[in-house]
Amino acid sequence: MTVDEAALKERARAFLAEHDPAATEPLDFLRARFDAGLAWVHFPKGLGGLGAPRELQNVVEGELDGTPQTDVGKLAIGLGMAAPTILIFGTEEQKKRFLRPLWTGEEIWCQLFSEPGAGSDLATLATRAVRDGDEWVVDGQKVWTSGAHHSRWAILVARTDPDVPKHRGLTYFVCDMEAPGVEVRPLRQITGEAEFNEVFLTGVRLSDQLRLGEVGDGWRVAQTTLMNERVAIGGSPVRRGGGVIGVVAETWRRRPEIRTHDLHQRLLRLWVETEVTRLAGVRLREQLAAGAPGPEGSGMKLAFARLNQALSGLDVEMRREEGLAYDDWTFRRSDSVDFFGRGPGYRYLRAKGNSIEGGTSEILRNIIAERVLGLPSEPRVDKNVPWKDLPR
Amino acid sequence: MTLLYSEVEEELRAAVRDLLADRCPPATVLARIESASPYDADLWKALARDIGVAGLLIPEELEGAGASAREAAVVLEELGRAVTPVPFLTSSVLATQALVSAGTDGARELLATLASGETTAALAVSFASSPYSLEWSESPQSPKAPGADTAAGTPWGAVAVEGGTLSGRVTAVAGADVADVLIVPASGALYAVEAADATVTPMVSLDLTRPISTVTFIGAPARQVSSGLRPLRAALDLGAGLLASEQLGVAEWCLTTTVAYVKERHQFARPVGSFQSLKHRLADLWMEIVQARAAARNAADALASGTDTATAVAVAQAWCGAVAVHAAEECVQLHGGIGMTWEHPVHLYLKRAKADEIALGTPGDHRDALARLADLPGPLGS
Ligand SMILES: Cc1cc2nc3c(=O)[nH]c(=O)nc-3n(C[C@H](O)[C@H](O)[C@H](O)COP(=O)(O)OP(=O)(O)OC[C@H]3O[C@@H](n4cnc5c(N)ncnc54)[C@H](O)[C@@H]3O)c2cc1C
Repeated sequence: MTVDEAALKERARAFLAEHDPAATEPLDFLRARFDAGLAWVHFPKGLGGLGAPRELQNVVEGELDGTPQTDVGKLAIGLGMAAPTILIFGTEEQKKRFLRPLWTGEEIWCQLFSEPGAGSDLATLATRAVRDGDEWVVDGQKVWTSGAHHSRWAILVARTDPDVPKHRGLTYFVCDMEAPGVEVRPLRQITGEAEFNEVFLTGVRLSDQLRLGEVGDGWRVAQTTLMNERVAIGGSPVRRGGGVIGVVAETWRRRPEIRTHDLHQRLLRLWVETEVTRLAGVRLREQLAAGAPGPEGSGMKLAFARLNQALSGLDVEMRREEGLAYDDWTFRRSDSVDFFGRGPGYRYLRAKGNSIEGGTSEILRNIIAERVLGLPSEPRVDKNVPWKDLPR
Repeated sequence: MTLLYSEVEEELRAAVRDLLADRCPPATVLARIESASPYDADLWKALARDIGVAGLLIPEELEGAGASAREAAVVLEELGRAVTPVPFLTSSVLATQALVSAGTDGARELLATLASGETTAALAVSFASSPYSLEWSESPQSPKAPGADTAAGTPWGAVAVEGGTLSGRVTAVAGADVADVLIVPASGALYAVEAADATVTPMVSLDLTRPISTVTFIGAPARQVSSGLRPLRAALDLGAGLLASEQLGVAEWCLTTTVAYVKERHQFARPVGSFQSLKHRLADLWMEIVQARAAARNAADALASGTDTATAVAVAQAWCGAVAVHAAEECVQLHGGIGMTWEHPVHLYLKRAKADEIALGTPGDHRDALARLADLPGPLGS
């Protein structure tokens, strides 16, 4: 039986009648919500969902508005990347063990992919995982790991076979961030604070039960994560005039003295670009809902990065004297990205990461050119060479 | 509301596309622009009558199809993709909408003849008029609409009414050279004039597939079809909003053609399409077109439902005009020398795109309108 909007409304109301949010501990409320299948309705029954169409999530959110919520910024990697990957590649036990506390926020996740020697060329990574009976012993260094300092688990890609070409010798794991040998050191960012970290893995022992997917199939599993990451970063819905343009427009309206012809023209251009990008996102979601995802998804993150950077730059410039100031350079470990809670200088600097994190804009253009437009790849020297023989 | 294409819309598209593939390949269009008139009367007959595009926007009780802006938009995408030299935009969208909005008996009579495609009409205003130039005309101290002849004193061309006849001149009129009937704004009202009673002088035009003309009236007999100019505004709004779909079609042809060429063309012992600087430019262009499709669909949908029209049209025009020009310019550049030849059809697209950028308001005109619509006012005292 498929779940429709009316049935979902009824279910959400019945749930509320049984669990008074005012009289229930927030965590208990969230756990019960997960168990009622109202966490992410497109997930299967028993795993926080009802096997319903993804777009019906809005119905639930509408009904449960004002009830306890999780900090989605802090949970972004878990919700956006780990969960969809576990859903596709995890064993039944792994799904049962990980998804509930991931969704309720009891366990935070981070992403141990990038390394000092492997960023855009992720498949060249060097962190080794060597089998030892029922366990794997992991050694290596990861970098730019957002939120590692408060994470319980990580998604990890490591090299299990250095003798085959780079894409083929990788395996995907869930890494226990509390295991002996895991060391997290903060990395200060251009904003002053530290969202991301270096993570050193020294003789870390992971049970084979923590492997996700087959040995040697890590690249394919990682692709699922990365596709979801780009959708998560690029696909968030906003209303017309909302988001960053909303913040800029608000200042513009409130302070007539900052207006110049030049700024006006640039602001109008960016307003239009924001609106057409929003509409492209609306169209993309319609395609997804109709079961016909278009290739448009690959472009959304590219468009959002450019817009965020242009708008946040304009915001600093148009404030003049105020743009010369900065709110706070204190070196601290941040919980999540407080984009709108901070000042324009912070937004300007943080937006610089938008074209780097989750695949750089250059890499995204390569992907569009090759996978969407079908243009030939650059001549490559690394495809059929065993990883250990590659120049580094 | 939906930004996707319905099944009916896809069927209409397929019918138009098949016909154009057969009857309007680039070589045919290239040959036509060398002849006396670029318009393809036989092709127009097939489109207008057999597929029924002439009556698309005409109500069913007047023998039209009673379809909406969404269907017309799909037709325009295909016509843009083939730079088809037929008067669909000028007659079946602009002139038709003016008459549909006017709704008078005279207007309805004309619509019944337009529906079958037997008669073709044109709106006798400069193709460079924007929907907002009508706002100017309502306040006397504001600048005049493009195409206006200062001597005659009305912003809508230099046309005066006297004893049921029109006299004056309108410049840069699109579609007049193939029109049987001209719909003419004069003295705050709309008139219908038989083209045979006016002098239509084609100008040497930038756009070879949709040339403009100067239209001169000397005591031309005229019938009033609307006592006000509101139908004109409705026509310009619809025309501007739907032009975005034509621009989308132009841009898509340019991208597809360029991608195919750079995959084939070899230099330095590899396809030039494997060079990253070209790949990145084409990826960016692709994204602009993704956004253009969403914006054009949104405008067509808004025009069909009548909600949120002004913003949707202005956004689509502010974006799509520049995207079509960018696509055509990239198409020329990435073809190298062959892109500069008369023989290769890309110049037809470049000329259409550049003319379309000016038609019915430049992107800047539409951004100016958004300053008001989105409440983003300019500097104080401006
Ligand atoms: C704020 C932030 C948070 C992050 N969080 C995480 C995280 O939680 N977990 C994680 O694993 N990683 C994270 N990253 C890392 C991120 O994924 C990488 O920085 C990114 O993939 C780029 O890799 P790199 O830094 O090694 O740059 P490089 O790959 O060395 O790139 C350097 C430059 O070369 C360009 N370049 C590289 N290859 C090509 C090519 N083939 N064609 C054209 N240009 C090319 C790049 O675009 C870039 O401009 C984060 C990064 C940032 C900025």
